[in-house]
Amino acid sequence: MRRRVRRLQGFAFTAPALVLMTVFLVAPMLFTIRLSLDTGRGFQLREFIGLDNFVRLLTRDRLFLDLSDFPPSGAVFNNLLWIFLYVGLCVGLGLLIAVLADRVRYESIVKSIVFLPQAISATAVGVIWLLIYAPNARVGLLNAGLGAVGVDPVSWIGSRDTVNYAIIVAAVWAGTGLAVVVFSAAIKSIPTDIIEAARVDGAGPFQTFRHITLPLISLPVSVITITLIIGVIKVFDIVYIMSRGGPNGASRVIAYSFFEETFQAGKVGYGAAVAVLMVLLIVPIVALNIRRFRAGETVR
Amino acid sequence: MVRLGGAVRSSLAQRLVALTGRGVLHVVVIGIALVWLIPSLGLAVTSLRPPGDIAASGWWTVLGQPRFTLDNYAEVLSSQGLAQNFLNSLFITVPSTILPLSIGALAAFGFAWLRFPGRDWIFLGVLAMMIIPIQVSLVPSLLLFRTLGLTGSYVGIWLAHTAFGLPFAIFLLRNFFVQLPRDLIEAAQMDGASSLGIFRRIIVPLSVPAIASLAVFQFLWVWNDLLMALIFVQQPSQQPLTVAMSTLLSTYGQEFNLLSAASFILMVVPLIVFFSLQRYFVRGITAGAVK
Repeated sequence: MRRRVRRLQGFAFTAPALVLMTVFLVAPMLFTIRLSLDTGRGFQLREFIGLDNFVRLLTRDRLFLDLSDFPPSGAVFNNLLWIFLYVGLCVGLGLLIAVLADRVRYESIVKSIVFLPQAISATAVGVIWLLIYAPNARVGLLNAGLGAVGVDPVSWIGSRDTVNYAIIVAAVWAGTGLAVVVFSAAIKSIPTDIIEAARVDGAGPFQTFRHITLPLISLPVSVITITLIIGVIKVFDIVYIMSRGGPNGASRVIAYSFFEETFQAGKVGYGAAVAVLMVLLIVPIVALNIRRFRAGETVR
Repeated sequence: MVRLGGAVRSSLAQRLVALTGRGVLHVVVIGIALVWLIPSLGLAVTSLRPPGDIAASGWWTVLGQPRFTLDNYAEVLSSQGLAQNFLNSLFITVPSTILPLSIGALAAFGFAWLRFPGRDWIFLGVLAMMIIPIQVSLVPSLLLFRTLGLTGSYVGIWLAHTAFGLPFAIFLLRNFFVQLPRDLIEAAQMDGASSLGIFRRIIVPLSVPAIASLAVFQFLWVWNDLLMALIFVQQPSQQPLTVAMSTLLSTYGQEFNLLSAASFILMVVPLIVFFSLQRYFVRGITAGAVK
């Protein structure tokens, strides 16, 4: 009797959460998968078209994936650029700042300054950097700086060649703080006598970093790297604010394509296919992460 | 003494070398801090300058002709209606923080301390849900809200934020709850305390730091959200600050007097949270990075 009550209690405590998650996560995902095999016009199931949406996305949509030129372009390629540059810079700068700040007395102030943008929404980050990039050299700091050395103003957001880099730099400014804080905590957990021993043996700061610090914090580094990569696949807000995916779709990313196709173009089935592709991209990365994490644990 | 003098001289040379090294270190570290400060500083200064000055000279020349005004703030808050959007952001964010926290804490307690069939499998399913991108849920949820007639109210976005906050909330809290001392909970059970009583009088009071970190994380997540608000809140009079900001951008693309003031209004609550709850904030954000 008592045991039965306990069982019911277990369900009672978890039921509200499970119902909400089923209604807003599980069922919608199944419906989106079904929608991705349909035209979805008018936000409803209209006509089953099999994998047509996926085939068109990957082969005939130049704004999604265009391999005909070099360098390739399209949302998928832009996301790849984000992975290399944004993730690379966040992790690289994160390590650099964590290591350097560790050696000064005002470390906590520096870390706070770099971490502060984590509190700010991507919307505000976008405006902060639009001001830096303003084409008018009397408004935008970057063009003013270029003007001082005799270079004409550049329309950073208005040009296909620079727009992606400009947005990525803004995102790196906002995202590095996370890496700094995590790496800094990891560095502080390294016993000082190990570092001391290396120094006594004549290792310079670079050797110490390369052969002692880096191997000892490789787990947090890989966790942050994978976390940032997953974040890149979902990135939307800052692109929407800074460029609306433009000019002419040059700065679209996958999550932006989803929004554009579904809510601007009304191609709901096509947009659903983009959403399904996002899931298909994230799952293997997470699986890899779990595997690595497990491996790391068994080694320890 | 003489020998000592020699020792001092050689160590002086060493110290000079070390000092130069430290000089470079300080220059680099302070340089990095400046690079991270300048963008926000530019926005802050711009938001306080008269529109004429903003167009005529860069914000970095402000010390040459220091003229400041709060007119930009007055204009976005009243004529652009951002005061209302600020309230809307609060109306959306507060329930969207309280709901997932309380529902999530109850569920986390169930997963941590109550036995029921399939518990561990269901928990695994909850973990798997953490990786679902919101994009797969937006259209079906929107259709559901339309069917239920919820598109004109905040109930829809509250529920959606709650559902999306839950997997992470349950994950974090459950991991915290299972570490609480078993003896304490078993003793309370012996004394005939109900599960709800144990949850309220033992689990929650002992978990304040974890709950606070999660609250800060969820609050900022919802306050800063653009995508869900863009889709679930379609009445302009009900939209939060992030959506108002994006509308302002498409209307006044280069009018930085308005844009900068509006951005600061959007940033002020997160900044207050950052400075007042920094400890919980850092914990919440770093733990939430997996989301």
